[in-house]
Amino acid sequence: MPFANMRDRLIYLAVWFACLGPILWFIFQGFTDDLGANPIEYIIRQLGVWGLRLLMVSLAITPAAKLLRQPRLIRYRRTVGLWAFAYIALHLSTYVGIDHFFNWPEIGKDILKRPYITIGMTAFVLLVPLAVTSTNGMLRRLGPKNWKRLHQLVYVIVPLGVTHYYLLVKKDVRPPVVYGVIVTILLGYRLYAWARQRRERALKAAAKAAA
Amino acid sequence: MLIRSAPDLRDCDVTDRGLYLRRREFIYGAGALAAAGTLGLSAAEAAPLKVAKKTNLAGDEKPTSLKNITSYNNFYEFGTGKEDPAANAGSFKTRPWTVVVDGECMKPMRFSIDDLTKRYPLEERIYRMRCVEAWSMVIPWVGFPLASLLNDVQPTAKAKFVTFETLNDPKQMPGQRDRTLDWPYREGLRIDEATNPLTLLAVGMYGETMPNQNGAPIRLVTPWKYGFKSAKSIVHIRLQERQPATSWNLANAHEYGFYSNVNPEVDHPRWSQASERRIGEFFRRKTLPFNGYADQVASLYRGMDLQKNF
Repeated sequence: MPFANMRDRLIYLAVWFACLGPILWFIFQGFTDDLGANPIEYIIRQLGVWGLRLLMVSLAITPAAKLLRQPRLIRYRRTVGLWAFAYIALHLSTYVGIDHFFNWPEIGKDILKRPYITIGMTAFVLLVPLAVTSTNGMLRRLGPKNWKRLHQLVYVIVPLGVTHYYLLVKKDVRPPVVYGVIVTILLGYRLYAWARQRRERALKAAAKAAA
Repeated sequence: MLIRSAPDLRDCDVTDRGLYLRRREFIYGAGALAAAGTLGLSAAEAAPLKVAKKTNLAGDEKPTSLKNITSYNNFYEFGTGKEDPAANAGSFKTRPWTVVVDGECMKPMRFSIDDLTKRYPLEERIYRMRCVEAWSMVIPWVGFPLASLLNDVQPTAKAKFVTFETLNDPKQMPGQRDRTLDWPYREGLRIDEATNPLTLLAVGMYGETMPNQNGAPIRLVTPWKYGFKSAKSIVHIRLQERQPATSWNLANAHEYGFYSNVNPEVDHPRWSQASERRIGEFFRRKTLPFNGYADQVASLYRGMDLQKNF
């Protein structure tokens, strides 16, 4: 465990179990015959939705840490991000291994022909390098600058995830639209912070030049 | 004196004669209610129906459980989630209920739901039901052929199409408070489709009156078409000359055609229709042309390009 003091360890455990919670809940529902009439579809959708939610939580951690002046929050970002990856990997495995039972020609056609699946697959493929480079060793090898640049891919991945969701909904698009609005706010905040930083730098440089 | 009058019994304590004579029905009803209760149906509506004839048109395929049929529904009038209709249709009032049949016919008529079930002998038909979302069920419907009803109103030569309209009542149907579809829900058939012997007006399933979430008290069943063609909770049937505008076609003409015959060769633009998941089964099944009813209905579409007329 990466945390020295007891309090941080407890928080870490709480975050870990909060992320595990939905899976435990599905298992419980499975044992109590509570997954509904179409359990395969239910599980696939739930895993996908929870993967997206956790990605959004991981996106919210940075602004939250800044706005609340709690830089320690950043430490939990990786845990949440990796859990998001776990949910999305399970989401994809359930689609491949259970929904289509490894019917590769059918799955291949889906990926090429169905925009929502093409987009979902793209998002997953982009997510893999982020999961692989999540270790401290990889961070050191890449160097913080490259590592950060690589992990900014998540700004592309999350909107792809929301689009994937939006495109598969038959008619009632309200839930994916709500997610879209939240993601827009989370990414909009970054754009705003970035623009402000640039302006401040330019002002400082101008002040220096004047002096 | 041992013989005592019974001062605690008054006139109003005596069971009404009519009620007394119907005491067995009452016990029947109570039994059905208890059964419905254990199945998770809203108790008020399930009553046994007398069935004159039974036909199995789903081969040796096992009917889907009543629990699954009544808990996984697309009935947007009660919400867009699959569990919403079961959750929100419990207090839906299906009696009194009037069905108006008019338009291009010699004898327009109005029926109460009970007139209909008395007038037309009810039969059980076990049909496959294929949803446009690529899942399917096997359902033992109880109803009567739409052809019998249309025959009685005497369609004119101008009656080329039939439209079906669902009740429009946002007070009772919370889903109608949102503009997810253009209410009231409307569906339509060509007259030869409507009079095909497979086309059923269903008033029940599994030998009892229709559960609210499945389209009580009366709905259409066209087993060779995607499920959304079968309008639920019908109040108006109209014969007309022009092809009617239909709800899902209005919502997205590119994805939902007027015919909407089950066809594994014509994909939904966003997903494949080649296979389906039968509710209750693990492996997908191959989807059959006309949902396996080609022998009965393929002739209706002879010479038509089904890729275009999807």
